[in-house]
Amino acid sequence: MRHIISILMENEAGALSRVVGLFSQRNFNIETLNVAPTDDPTLSRLTVTTTGDERVIEQITKQLNKLIDVVKLVDLTEGQHIERELMLVKVKAVGAQRAEVKRTTEIFRGQIIDVTPSIYTVQLAGHASKLDAFIQALGGSTLLEVARTGVSGVARGEKVLSL
Amino acid sequence: MELLSGADMITRFLADEGVEYIYGYPGGAALHIYDAIHRQDKVNHILVRHEQAATHMADGYARATGKPGVVLVTSGPGATNAVTGIATAFMDSIPMVVLCGQVASHLIGEDAFQETDIIGVTRPIVKHSFSIEDPSEIPMILRKAFYIATTGRPGPVVVDIPKDMTAPTEKYEYVFPKKVKMRSYTPVGRGHTGQIKKAVDLILKAKRPILYGGGGLVLGGASELFTQLAKKLNFPVTTSLMGIGAYPQTDRQSVGWLGMHGSFEANQAMHHSDLVVCIGARFDDRATNNVSKFCPTARIVHVDIDPSSIGKTIRVDVPIVGTATSVLEEMLALLDESKTQLKADALVDWWKQIDAWSASRAGRIYEPAEPGETMKPQQVVEAVWKATQGKAYVVTDVGQHQMFAAQYYKFDKPNHWITSGGLGTMGFGFPAAMGIKLNKPDEEVVLITGEGSFQMMMQELSTCSQFGIPVKIINLNNQSLGMVRQWQDLNYQARHAQSYMQSLPDFKMLVESYGHVAMKVEKAEDLDAAIEKTFAMKDKLVFLDVYVDPHEHVYPMQVPQGSMNDMLLSKTERT
Ligand SMILES: Cc1ncc(C[n+]2csc(CCOP(=O)(O)OP(=O)(O)O)c2C)c(N)n1
Ligand SMILES: [Mg+2]
Repeated sequence: MRHIISILMENEAGALSRVVGLFSQRNFNIETLNVAPTDDPTLSRLTVTTTGDERVIEQITKQLNKLIDVVKLVDLTEGQHIERELMLVKVKAVGAQRAEVKRTTEIFRGQIIDVTPSIYTVQLAGHASKLDAFIQALGGSTLLEVARTGVSGVARGEKVLSL
Repeated sequence: MELLSGADMITRFLADEGVEYIYGYPGGAALHIYDAIHRQDKVNHILVRHEQAATHMADGYARATGKPGVVLVTSGPGATNAVTGIATAFMDSIPMVVLCGQVASHLIGEDAFQETDIIGVTRPIVKHSFSIEDPSEIPMILRKAFYIATTGRPGPVVVDIPKDMTAPTEKYEYVFPKKVKMRSYTPVGRGHTGQIKKAVDLILKAKRPILYGGGGLVLGGASELFTQLAKKLNFPVTTSLMGIGAYPQTDRQSVGWLGMHGSFEANQAMHHSDLVVCIGARFDDRATNNVSKFCPTARIVHVDIDPSSIGKTIRVDVPIVGTATSVLEEMLALLDESKTQLKADALVDWWKQIDAWSASRAGRIYEPAEPGETMKPQQVVEAVWKATQGKAYVVTDVGQHQMFAAQYYKFDKPNHWITSGGLGTMGFGFPAAMGIKLNKPDEEVVLITGEGSFQMMMQELSTCSQFGIPVKIINLNNQSLGMVRQWQDLNYQARHAQSYMQSLPDFKMLVESYGHVAMKVEKAEDLDAAIEKTFAMKDKLVFLDVYVDPHEHVYPMQVPQGSMNDMLLSKTERT
């Protein structure tokens, strides 16, 4: 099963490498990872998507909690949650493809944010599966570059991850 | 207000923290600190002959006293030499603080002379690590390092100190931080009462229960409460290798320790039990054998200070996260209050069965050597046990001698069995024994080692002459890497690839050259006298080179991938 784990950690040198090191050291899987400081500059928020059965996920959260730099964490997939990812795609846009890419972008509610005579750069945000679908839909076009941020998320409703 | 340089703050802090000895080795990046050590007299520095020995000395001290061991090394090779000792401490949850010199901040990242990213190198084998970025942080960071190393599940903490942080010219305000608070670290406290009640319910209903204690009882100072619980319940008691001594082994309820080379009765009792109450052990693979066949009929209660130890390798019915002492206290209180009480005869059948297993002495029978024959390692350990009345601190290296020591020396007190269990580090024993003897000069400290392991740290004979550390060394010399050889006998049709020792030194001459006493014993009839002589020389390091049978195997030995009670009992018998 796929899980999204969000972590608040001390914004200190070495904290990120400890989290990432833990995953490789214990043979846990990382599918996506994103990290940035929060509104409180002493805290970073790191979100990782991973897969594993119940026992593995339990170990992941327990081992993460043991890291001294980790202040708090939540497995967002345990409850109702919202997840988003941002993607930038550079795609060849010549001939018939130029209109086709534009149309597909509109259908997916993406934006073309940079244009050259032969290239569109598309920005798309949404659930990771939507980004996957967009890439599928562009099947006929030539993808030149794909940059994804990795998943970020929050719980729905009142629940917050904060100190 | 007091102004001190970074280096002086370090020595001053250590003194204020109550550190009496630090173990280390100097080098460029640590020289400001060494100069500060030279200019004070509260903290004594023990100069080892290899940084690995410094970590094992600190480790041995910590295991015997429960206090954190402190190490000081220089950058680069000094720090990397300490890595094995840090990993050893990490695997057995030993409190330790390792101070590493580092190249000056402006050189970091430039592949400077003797620069190693020791924070990176040690990341998977420390509880936590710090890098000093401003000298004014030194007192607080050191305070945090000690706090983290000693609280919760203990472990080693590395502090990396760039040389410019300790420059003698720059002075900063020094105050010993009384309080330390970290929002991201709160050591575990009491267990959940509801869970403890559930455990007590199972305890009161059990028909074939067993108590299983681990190293956490020793580290957490919970042996006495654990013994009280066992006595109150009249349950059989086993321990992990690390838990040896947490319950008196000469007591009737003790069935010895369990696992790969554990006792026949402990492994049988575990396998047939209907309730395992585990406190402070982590069910590692050398204890459980094949987890899918582990204790098929048992419910499992697991008490541990580290939530990640629970449910990691085996399924647990009642998990309890808390300190061993608090959970044991609460269990005892609940048992006192409980309306249902244990029936006096509830366990009669179970004890009958266990006593029969014990009486069989299965896997424990060896033929002591007749006069003129080469000795059996087992009989040497038994002789040492008798000579020291079971009261010594017994330190081991790793191999057959380690298992024989664990099997044939009977420990009645915690903190006296000192061994590298998790990492299994050959070379651990000698320095660890030194660390204990130095701090407990009036206690008998015996190293039981093998000629292979001893050669990994024998340079420390020199440290012992310099500082007068009179440990007693029993070298069970089987002229081979016995444990490796045993596996080759069993699994590789006795092809002894690189497991025998050619060109052994004359240990007697070697040890004497450092100014110590050494004796060589080759015949059984000379053993008792030699042992008596060894322990009579209180102020001398005595090395007893005892030639033992190289063909001996350690039994019982669990059959790989089998259940707990699937054991080889001798070269020809199997359960
Ligand atoms: C540093 C290290 N290297 C290798 C091993 C693997 N190993 C385990 S036991 C053993 C043999 C130990 O020989 P010795 O110290 O003579 O003890 P014996 O088994 O003969 O009693 C070896 C090589 C180890 N545990 N530690
Ligand atoms: Mg040997």
